[in-house]
Amino acid sequence: MNKDQVLRWLWPLVPILGAVAFISVLLIVFKTHPLDAFRSIQSGAFGDLSKSLSVLAFWVPLLLAASGLLVTFTAGLWNIGVEGQIILGSIAASGIALKVHMPSPTLQVMTEVIAAMAAGAIWAALAAILKTRGKVHEIFGGLALNNLAIILTNYLISGPWQPPEGGTFRGTAPFPENALIPRFAESRFAPLSLVFALVALVIVFVALRGTFWGLKLKALGKNPYSAYLLGVSSEREVILAMVFCGALAGLGGAVRVLSWFDSLRQSISGGIGFLALLVVMLSNYNIYWVPLIAFFFSAVLNGSISLQLRTQLHSALGGIITGILVLFILLFGDKSMLKLLRKEKTLE
Amino acid sequence: MNEAELVRMFSSVILAASPLIIAVCGETLSERAGVVNLSLDGSMLMAAMVAFVIGLKTQNIWFGFLAGAMIGAAFALIVAFGSITLRKSPVAIGFVLTLLGDDLSAFLGQNYTRIPGVAVRHFGIPFLKDIPIVGPIFFNQDGVVYFAYFLILFTWWFLNRTQPGLHLRSSGERPEAAFARGVNVTRVRYWYTLIGGALVGIAGAAYSLDIKVGWSDGHTRGLGWIALAIVIFGGWSPIRGAIGAVLFGATKVLATILQRTFPEVSVVIFNTIPWLLMIFVLLTVGSDITERVITWMPKRLQSPLRRLLRISPPMSLSASVIEE
Repeated sequence: MNKDQVLRWLWPLVPILGAVAFISVLLIVFKTHPLDAFRSIQSGAFGDLSKSLSVLAFWVPLLLAASGLLVTFTAGLWNIGVEGQIILGSIAASGIALKVHMPSPTLQVMTEVIAAMAAGAIWAALAAILKTRGKVHEIFGGLALNNLAIILTNYLISGPWQPPEGGTFRGTAPFPENALIPRFAESRFAPLSLVFALVALVIVFVALRGTFWGLKLKALGKNPYSAYLLGVSSEREVILAMVFCGALAGLGGAVRVLSWFDSLRQSISGGIGFLALLVVMLSNYNIYWVPLIAFFFSAVLNGSISLQLRTQLHSALGGIITGILVLFILLFGDKSMLKLLRKEKTLE
Repeated sequence: MNEAELVRMFSSVILAASPLIIAVCGETLSERAGVVNLSLDGSMLMAAMVAFVIGLKTQNIWFGFLAGAMIGAAFALIVAFGSITLRKSPVAIGFVLTLLGDDLSAFLGQNYTRIPGVAVRHFGIPFLKDIPIVGPIFFNQDGVVYFAYFLILFTWWFLNRTQPGLHLRSSGERPEAAFARGVNVTRVRYWYTLIGGALVGIAGAAYSLDIKVGWSDGHTRGLGWIALAIVIFGGWSPIRGAIGAVLFGATKVLATILQRTFPEVSVVIFNTIPWLLMIFVLLTVGSDITERVITWMPKRLQSPLRRLLRISPPMSLSASVIEE
């Protein structure tokens, strides 16, 4: 093997090492030994059973949102509104949990979940209709709707849904136990929610690989004009893809309030929607990678929360690690950078 | 409401609009050259944080603004390198940078939250500030506001009346033609993305050194996206962009007034105004409804109205440059 081939083989490591180097410098500037920090992130994520279960519990809504985004990305849509769709799911599930009392726990949770999926779907449909009818790009429509969703949450928490002992800005009163998805032992992880996520992933896989609808979405994403010539109604498919994603995101939102928390909180999504966008971008829109990357991100974020407790470092570190990794892989992940370097060499 | 109160209200609208105007002019330059820098929200946060810290350490606002401009340019450089040289999606890069800027600013600025710092000093322009009504609204402000005025006129003049401006526009509209006429499209795009990014950085710095002096997590969160929406609403023209920025600057004042008039309504509700306005302004320039409304108008008004309300983006916005 000559030098060139070795370089080509090892190239995928370069962006990862670059990201690790960047984070290490950042940690050293803040007087933390990088190895210590990485080790404590690892132990914060998998140190004991309850921590590992937390990683799993955070992974579920992330995976749900990422699965939905695979569909919208396939249709060529930038569904930044996914964050708001998660929040609306949380709000709807909380509304049912607080106000409606069903005879059996199963029926109760089912109603909550269905309401959450419907609310997420409606929020997504709004962004889709703004795009198809109003020519408002889905990035801007989605962003405005995200912020409106956050404001709606704050309004509900501080107003109509405030706990009886008085309005704080922190959250609603805890839901009754039978309104929650049954959780594993004392953790935040609900096994049933994992089933939801895996079923959603399989449905997305089948829909994109094995159905005519998936094919139409692909055509739309690759070349909207030729899709139009082939008789694909872009408006219908755009709305359907967004609604599909919104429903999954809404389900993720329900999981957030019904298992991660037990009430509606101020920052209920915690940026899961944006993180899911990063997951799908990093996977290069490849469904096989999505669960793995989502799991890794979940571990990093949970780990950096324990790192914050131990070292007083801001928990935004988790976001920096995931963001810088995606940025480096996005820029240098394929071999276009390598080609560029080689071209410069031949020019010399 | 008496006259003095009205004047104070309008002058606070102008102040609130000024950093948005600076950011909008910057983004207009880079988009007219053909590069979408979507990282505004993150780069403004980073620039605001760094400008505040540098200003505090050196006790000099100029170093603060300089540092902010450099941060903005650095973010823009990543966007330019990724989208022009490596031909990646500028939307993807910009979005990742937005999230990264948010988290980085929170992390790096963690020891500087909620402490006093240096601030831009108020400076009324002699004579001009004594003009009744207009004077106190427009000319009894500070340097950031005057810089915004200058930038509106300069950007417009530069884009429409100079040869480099023509090269800039041709790189965004028809890069092939520009290339054939001897314009180095790649270099033009790099330069104006960097300059635009620096202006965005100055806008971020204006928040932490002037409008909302200080630093806290998410100090300017959301404003970058609003600036991006204004660029579209402004139809990629600095003058219309400035009108859009004033419109958004007014939302804050409007919220205060509404709050005073309807004290029984939750404060939270008024925070929706800028986002509803964002959807509304994008709908007015984009949807078919506007076209329908225009056709109801008297014939004579139709064509100027259309020019006022309809927009079209630079033709080769974020299309890749041709291979040499």
